[in-house]
Amino acid sequence: MKSIDFREIEGRSLGYYALLAFFGVLVLIGLGAAYYMETNGHHVTGMNNQIVWGIPHVFAVFMIVSASGVLNVASIASVFGRTMYKPLARLSGLLAITLLIGGLTVLVLDLGKPDRLIVAMTTYNFKSIFAWNIFLYTGFMVVVAVYLWMMMERRMNVHTHTAGLAAFIWRLTLTTGTGSIFGFLIARQAYDSALLAPMFIIMSFSFGLAIFVLYTMAAYNLTGRPLGDAILRRLKNLLGVFVASVLYFVVVYHLTNLYMTAHHDFERFILLDGGVYTALFWIGQILIGSIVPLVILFHPRLGGSRRMIALAAALVLVGAFCQIYVIIVGGQAFPLILFPGKIVSSSFFDGAIGQYRPSLPEIALGIGGVSLALAMTTFAIKVLPFLPASLADSDVDPHQAAVKATETAHA
Amino acid sequence: MSIDRRQFLTVGGAVLASVALAPGMRLIELAQARSPDEAVTSLQRWGMLVDTTRCAEGCSACVTACNKENGLQQNVRLDIRPQWIRTVTLRDEHTGYVQTLPMMCQHCEEPPCADVCPTGASFRRADGIVLVDRHICIGCRYCMMACPYKARSFVHENLTDQRANVPRGKGTVEACTMCVHRVDEGRIPACVEACNSDGGKALTFGDMKDPASEIAKRLATQQSEEIRPDLALDTGVRYQGL
Repeated sequence: MKSIDFREIEGRSLGYYALLAFFGVLVLIGLGAAYYMETNGHHVTGMNNQIVWGIPHVFAVFMIVSASGVLNVASIASVFGRTMYKPLARLSGLLAITLLIGGLTVLVLDLGKPDRLIVAMTTYNFKSIFAWNIFLYTGFMVVVAVYLWMMMERRMNVHTHTAGLAAFIWRLTLTTGTGSIFGFLIARQAYDSALLAPMFIIMSFSFGLAIFVLYTMAAYNLTGRPLGDAILRRLKNLLGVFVASVLYFVVVYHLTNLYMTAHHDFERFILLDGGVYTALFWIGQILIGSIVPLVILFHPRLGGSRRMIALAAALVLVGAFCQIYVIIVGGQAFPLILFPGKIVSSSFFDGAIGQYRPSLPEIALGIGGVSLALAMTTFAIKVLPFLPASLADSDVDPHQAAVKATETAHA
Repeated sequence: MSIDRRQFLTVGGAVLASVALAPGMRLIELAQARSPDEAVTSLQRWGMLVDTTRCAEGCSACVTACNKENGLQQNVRLDIRPQWIRTVTLRDEHTGYVQTLPMMCQHCEEPPCADVCPTGASFRRADGIVLVDRHICIGCRYCMMACPYKARSFVHENLTDQRANVPRGKGTVEACTMCVHRVDEGRIPACVEACNSDGGKALTFGDMKDPASEIAKRLATQQSEEIRPDLALDTGVRYQGL
């Protein structure tokens, strides 16, 4: 197979600068929102003593989970030796780093004391999963950066497999850590489940790949570089498998809870009478985020259309957002059960469903984080050769290339 | 009355010995007490016993006393107002039996808040009091997610008129300190004092490890229970009449 021609994008058009400026403005608005929340205190947000983690955490977890998942494309090439994914590996590594930075920025700027970040980096309690995650996240960036270097420096190419394997193991550990933030919470009905760690891993596969598909399609579309059907077909089939796997985990999670009488009230809340959470679950997560994309991706005609593939990937992300919202906010909205069999009330909202309405600054902070990730990626592909000049079928698919070569020889 | 030389020597010797030994005996006593500069030890475990049968519906003496003692402002929106102690009303789903009890930090022997805290700001003092070090709390609120008793509050607003004894800070998490500043002076928590004088005398505070203390005696002879004993957290606050 011929070597892949990676090339920086030109990035001198008005459109390119306009795009960067657009992301830049959103980042600035996000920073302004963080400053506003920090100086006024969290009373200007929708969060309270009942719902302590809100929309910023949904954005942050969404990006952190996706960051580890987006690296899968590179892992498939380096660890599992699928040559067709090799041209995509660099972008996959890049997005993994930028999405993680975006997510962590949101997380850190929502702290009550973001100015004390240095304390978090120097004072550790190693029984805390948060403390482990500080190492897992910073380490992930280093490992993936080294991995990218091995891929991009010709002399280092021989080490790509080893670095890719290290990054793959690291990312599985990282997502286990993210899932365990919730999985290890013994107190709450929604969490306290070993299932959450593997579920977060499979969620990362799905969300990360959806982001990768959308970013690749947009980048190749906007730069006018060729993007063949063969590679898209592979990616969309893989996405379909991942979406179905997430659905499987969601079903097992709820079935397990439904079997245990002690969890019936919580399940009733999420599945039947939880208002916005029930709607987000059934309409957002299940219908829009799982069933519709699955139908599109595996439909013989719809699955062949690029627009429909892009739509399916976008819907997966909408569903992903709903899913994380239901897990984080819905999980907190359901009250703690301190006295089973008693109807509880107090001035501190004991026994009451937690009320939360996302505020504008919180949403702005989250969007700022996403924009930061996209801006960094879009800038990076201009200064370093992350994208192949062509992803046309004849350039990426070994079989197609062979057929083409034979045809050329006969001609 | 006259005493002979022998008697004089005997009594005199005894008096002298007592005078010589007394400071030494006093030293042993002093050694058992703790001076303010000394570190707390696990020889003590401060705890509280709540007799819910004496806790009257509508009484909020403990809550008022806590707010006053710790300078918790009341002019704050209810959903973000810090509440270190609250009265909870329970109504039995089937029988309709109603009871009231105070809820606060349960000062667990194995506190989940301290387990999850990334910086170690949430910690358990050797004498069993669970606290937040406001200097290293980064305001991540993970402890609030982890606490099974909903005992913690996040400071959402700027603070004014703080008490010198009770450090607090916007953007950090806080909870009942068992009035650690009073306990360290040998006094009892404000809620207990208020319940004794204005309430139903439902609260007993003391050293659960001192067999001579009232709380230890009552725990040893009367039925009491933890809230959510299934979590096996070995709480320092125990309830009767649940």
